[in-house]
Amino acid sequence: MGFLKVSSPHAHGPMSTARVMRLVLLATIPGLFSLTWFFGFGTLVNVLWASITALAFEALALKLRKRPIAFYLNDYSALVTAFLLGIALPPGSPFWLIMIGTGFAILICKQLYGGMGYNPFNPAMAAYVMLLISFPVQMTTWLAPQGSFAGDLLGPIDALRYCFGFGRESIDAITMATPLDVLKQNNSLLIEDLWQESAQLGHFAGIGWEWANIGFLLGGLYLLYRRVFTWHAPISMLASLTLLSVLFYDGGSSASGGSPLFHLLSGGTMLGAFFIVTDPVTSAVSNRGRLIYGALIGILVYIIRVWGNYPDAVAFSVLLMNFAAPFIDHYTQPRTYGHKLKDQQGGKS
Amino acid sequence: MRKIWDIHGGIHPAENKHQSLLKPIENAGIPAQLILPLAQHIGAPASPIVNVGERVLKGQMIAEAKGFVSAPVHAPTSGTIAAIESRVIPHPSGMSANCIVIDTDGKDEWIDHHGVEDYSALSKLDLVDRIRQAGIAGMGGAGFPAAVKLSTRDDKPIETLILNGTECEPYITADDILMRERAAEIIAGAEILRHIIKPNKETLIGVEDNKPEGIAALKKAAEGTGIEIVVFPTKYPSGGEKQLIQILTGKEVPSGGLPSDVGIVCQNIGTATAIYRAIQFGEPLISRITTVTGEACGQAQNYEVLLGTPVQYLLDKSGFDKENCIRLIMGGPMMGYTLQDTAVPVVKTSNCILAPTVAELPPPPPAQACIRCGMCAEACPVSLLPQQMYWFSRAQEHEKLENHQLFDCIECGACSYVCPSNITLVQYYRASKAEIRQAQQDKIKAERSKERFEARTARLEQEEAEKEAKRAARMAAAKAKAAAAANAPEASKADIIQAALERSKAKKAEPADPAQAAIARAQAKRDGGAEEESPQEKTERLQKLLASAEKRLVAAKEKLALAQEQQSDNADAFATAVSKTEEKLSAIQKELSEHQASQAPAKTEPAGESTDPAQAAIARALAKRAGAGADESAEDKTTRLQNVVATTEKRLAAAQQKLALAQEQNDANVGAFATGVEKTQAKLDAVKKELADHQATLGENAAAEQATSDDPVQAAIERAKAAREAQANMSEADKIKQTLESLENRIAKSKEKLEAARAAGDDKAEILADSLAKLEDKLATAQQQLSQT
Amino acid sequence: MIELIAQNPFLASLLALVGLGLVFGALLGFAAVKFKTEGDPIADQIESLLPQTQCGQCGYPGCRPYAQAIADGDDINKCPPGGEATIAALADLLGVEAKPLDAAEEAVPSVAFIREAECIGCTKCIQACPVDAILGSAKHMHTVIASECTGCDLCVEPCPVDCIEMRPIETSLQTWHWEKPKPVEDLIASDRSGATA
Ligand code: SF4
Ligand code: SF4
Ligand code: SF4
Ligand code: SF4
Repeated sequence: MGFLKVSSPHAHGPMSTARVMRLVLLATIPGLFSLTWFFGFGTLVNVLWASITALAFEALALKLRKRPIAFYLNDYSALVTAFLLGIALPPGSPFWLIMIGTGFAILICKQLYGGMGYNPFNPAMAAYVMLLISFPVQMTTWLAPQGSFAGDLLGPIDALRYCFGFGRESIDAITMATPLDVLKQNNSLLIEDLWQESAQLGHFAGIGWEWANIGFLLGGLYLLYRRVFTWHAPISMLASLTLLSVLFYDGGSSASGGSPLFHLLSGGTMLGAFFIVTDPVTSAVSNRGRLIYGALIGILVYIIRVWGNYPDAVAFSVLLMNFAAPFIDHYTQPRTYGHKLKDQQGGKS
Repeated sequence: MRKIWDIHGGIHPAENKHQSLLKPIENAGIPAQLILPLAQHIGAPASPIVNVGERVLKGQMIAEAKGFVSAPVHAPTSGTIAAIESRVIPHPSGMSANCIVIDTDGKDEWIDHHGVEDYSALSKLDLVDRIRQAGIAGMGGAGFPAAVKLSTRDDKPIETLILNGTECEPYITADDILMRERAAEIIAGAEILRHIIKPNKETLIGVEDNKPEGIAALKKAAEGTGIEIVVFPTKYPSGGEKQLIQILTGKEVPSGGLPSDVGIVCQNIGTATAIYRAIQFGEPLISRITTVTGEACGQAQNYEVLLGTPVQYLLDKSGFDKENCIRLIMGGPMMGYTLQDTAVPVVKTSNCILAPTVAELPPPPPAQACIRCGMCAEACPVSLLPQQMYWFSRAQEHEKLENHQLFDCIECGACSYVCPSNITLVQYYRASKAEIRQAQQDKIKAERSKERFEARTARLEQEEAEKEAKRAARMAAAKAKAAAAANAPEASKADIIQAALERSKAKKAEPADPAQAAIARAQAKRDGGAEEESPQEKTERLQKLLASAEKRLVAAKEKLALAQEQQSDNADAFATAVSKTEEKLSAIQKELSEHQASQAPAKTEPAGESTDPAQAAIARALAKRAGAGADESAEDKTTRLQNVVATTEKRLAAAQQKLALAQEQNDANVGAFATGVEKTQAKLDAVKKELADHQATLGENAAAEQATSDDPVQAAIERAKAAREAQANMSEADKIKQTLESLENRIAKSKEKLEAARAAGDDKAEILADSLAKLEDKLATAQQQLSQT
Repeated sequence: MIELIAQNPFLASLLALVGLGLVFGALLGFAAVKFKTEGDPIADQIESLLPQTQCGQCGYPGCRPYAQAIADGDDINKCPPGGEATIAALADLLGVEAKPLDAAEEAVPSVAFIREAECIGCTKCIQACPVDAILGSAKHMHTVIASECTGCDLCVEPCPVDCIEMRPIETSLQTWHWEKPKPVEDLIASDRSGATA
């Protein structure tokens, strides 16, 4: 007879995992573009080198685990990790730093747990945190944005050279504290004065940073439009962050935590909200769960930024909440059709 | 506009409905053969009421409903019954089930049938019964007998009657075209339903907004009837009964409940037309509208198809291109199931036959890992968490699956449809549901087995205890007797036996329960046999065993004889003990001889004169007991044998009495007694033979004869023998007659039992019915035999 | 005294530790008494997981004795009718490693069937059946109540004319169901068939 015997449904929607990942990659373009515009080609080189090493590590791991390599490389998940890590690292990072990062992300955080879908922690963020703790110097030297200093931006050739360790001295000349650092170190000036003082603070949240964040916001909105993820986690994260910064804005005194806009558009806020917090594998599963998950990340980000030891906190907060995700899931099972919420909760152990 | 509620989730797959809407409904005609499965509905299969070779008319009932949730089957056209046999039916398993096969004659001759002049004059019960007799089962896909749904109880008033014209599955247009062409019939059916159900609020027909022509036709037909056509946005799966109810009324059917629990009755519009035809014209459900579509069909179209029409026939009509078609689906692309065989028939629930090309519905790509993207949860109309259930299903975590409401999943397939990793989620859920159900059943069965086992153990223990008590009593009696008889010279022998018996008692106390023995055997099997022992050792061991068993047997027999003499009531206990010991003995004997045979053929004992090894063993035991056989004087032997004959005869008589008594009282142990009598008889014969042989050698034959013939017991035996001989000499016919009688008796008894079981609602009733049927079969054959002789 | 302790940090910390130990010990002890679980004795729980086939293949005369034996420390992998599923459940309950089944193969679920024409009505099978699943009386044909039969196999051997056979339970339309898909993501490089997409 030769007819297939398969279980329904027979039709399948247009979405595939690879397509989801490709869309995510596509959505990073505006952010990448503004990063490059303001900080030079360093980030692009990061991303490029991270992608190469990530794919190599992934292939290696698959070979060791005796899995079909082409089948798994085709899901683009390693590339997404590489892109996110490359963007998060300071532009023009040395090649070994990036390589350690991707190696840790792919080999330890992903494949060791069983590959895509099985990792409890977001690999890019876990690698970022690992690097931050191990190599604090390299991880906190950020380039100065265009317009805040006299020299030229990092060109593509220079960026490559720096990355692979040639003439790194000159790069140190154009580093500068990030806006979050500036705010953190401030302890006497009113916010208004601080802005006057520091050239790199720009209009709201730092030259370049504002635009990079807006770029990632745009990419995120595109993904939302394509229904790659739901609005719950990113919006609730941004909302809780805004809420806290409004509460502690304090009219711009010297003890102020910074304006809401500053927090929304500075550091890794938008990248985190739309590209990290939405990482499906490691977040909560139900929409209610995602609201809670996102909100808690927002709160943690603010707390660590303002009262913690590190200037930015997206990576830490996400990792912390990765721990809590299964717990959140347990308590946020949605109400099923035909059940009363109470019964359902009561039915659980 | 009335308020429309929204359901959670849902998807918008490509509709592909226009292809089959280009042409009007066409009558598919009469194929040469119709195959009508007996189970075209949910519930018990119908049972055939026609015979092979019988001519049937169109609309004639050929199988009747069995039970409340069931539906009869009617002949869709005139013809002859070609077979009632197992045929492949439309079912995802591709398995077969009982079908009635009709060879059509092309005359399409109707049976006499009448509609109802004025249905409003009839009672609800009457109308529902007509619908039941018409064999109408839900035509939307599930096939729930319509009459069952309509049998609402008065204590659950119905507010809303809903007709489902949603047809949310892609490709299918059977309901759409029905609305376009037969809107009036739908509305007429709705009126009848309204009359039956008497909804105290409203009657609604729900239709998705992608069927504007159908909606217009319905609206026109419904003018002035008060039936409201509710149009709502297209979204799969809004046509699911529970989903439709939520969309139209905002109510949710409680989990595990029925729509009537929230005051709603829901029927498909196809069912409504069928009901209309059944009431108005008296036509049973014999045809339906089926969409034949998919790109592998040259011409997609809706057909009015006689039930039982093979799918192949419809495909042929539609220019089916088999090369291009990789799967054949009955139903839609979301919930339909694949067919393996084009010979399967169209049944009451077959709304669509979908023959897609490879490009249209490509084979599923390999599944990737779940990335927990949550798209499935977004799409699920029941607000489940499919991704979680998927993990639990893979990990066999049944409890968690149930906590995640797996059983509320309607298997709509929306989750699988959206899953970017191509995971066949629904298949996991189906498998897990089946596994859980199986586990529950196993659990129940284990529970029951345990109960039965415990009950049995308790019973055995009790029996054992009773035996023990009797044994004690008997021992006391025997002791007293022994003391009384101490002076008598012959008593010494009895004493010795008594002592031997007591010695062996401890050993005998181990119950010879066959179950125990079997367990021991199973254990032995598992252990891969006992530790190795040398052949020598084994022979010795077996011989020892044999000797002790023989001793025990003799002792037990004496004891039995004694007990019988005294008319003691534990004689039967001894009888069983004896027979058990004999069994054991023969087993050991066999093992030993086998062992010896395998060891050294030369050592093999010459095949004994007696074919019964136990008998031989007894003989040997007797010999042993009397000391070395050779030393025994001829005189002694004669006396001894005579003694044995006498006691055995007595025993036999006692056993026969017992048997007679048991038979009179219809005792359950009759069988055991009968065996006992038989065995004793055999033994007696053997001993007698021995005696005779012995006496022959001594030339004292006549004296022995003399000694036995005036024994009254002997007379009884003689009589029994005569009876047996008479039976043996009975003519064949007589024998059969006797069997007949006994069979009839048994049937009568079984019937009584069956009745009692039925009355008690016992679940054994079916088993009894089965065995009754078997007995009746036997009776029939016996009768046949009798008539032949 | 107090002064001595205050002066001597070593002594102080030692005392603090001991004190803490006492307090927590008391707390734990109290909790153990107060929140004592009144669950089934462990043997009962084990027994409820055994298939109750009563076949004795575990080496014990029935499931209950085996349950008791497990509770007393016997291996959990001796029940062929239960198979891997039972072992897994037991391992779960007892918090021990699941082991492979200690038998050649898992028993296929089956029921006994008596070829009735050959049955001589000796009642031996009835005596052997641990769950009284055989109906019949002496000299009359016997039959197995299939729904009660646990498939334990014990009635086969005692039959003197070998008219009892074990028939595997067949899938019927009612019991048929979809199998779980074989997860492709676990596929390895050697079986590429499905993975070339
Ligand atoms: S849609 Fe598929 S991949 Fe996404 S969460 Fe559901 S099962 Fe997992
Ligand atoms: S098949 Fe079940 S789990 Fe999947 S979407 Fe439908 S109802 Fe939800
Ligand atoms: S092997 Fe299993 S089913 Fe058989 S008696 Fe032992 S525990 Fe019970
Ligand atoms: S009928 Fe046979 S196989 Fe079935 S439970 Fe009884 S003894 Fe075991």
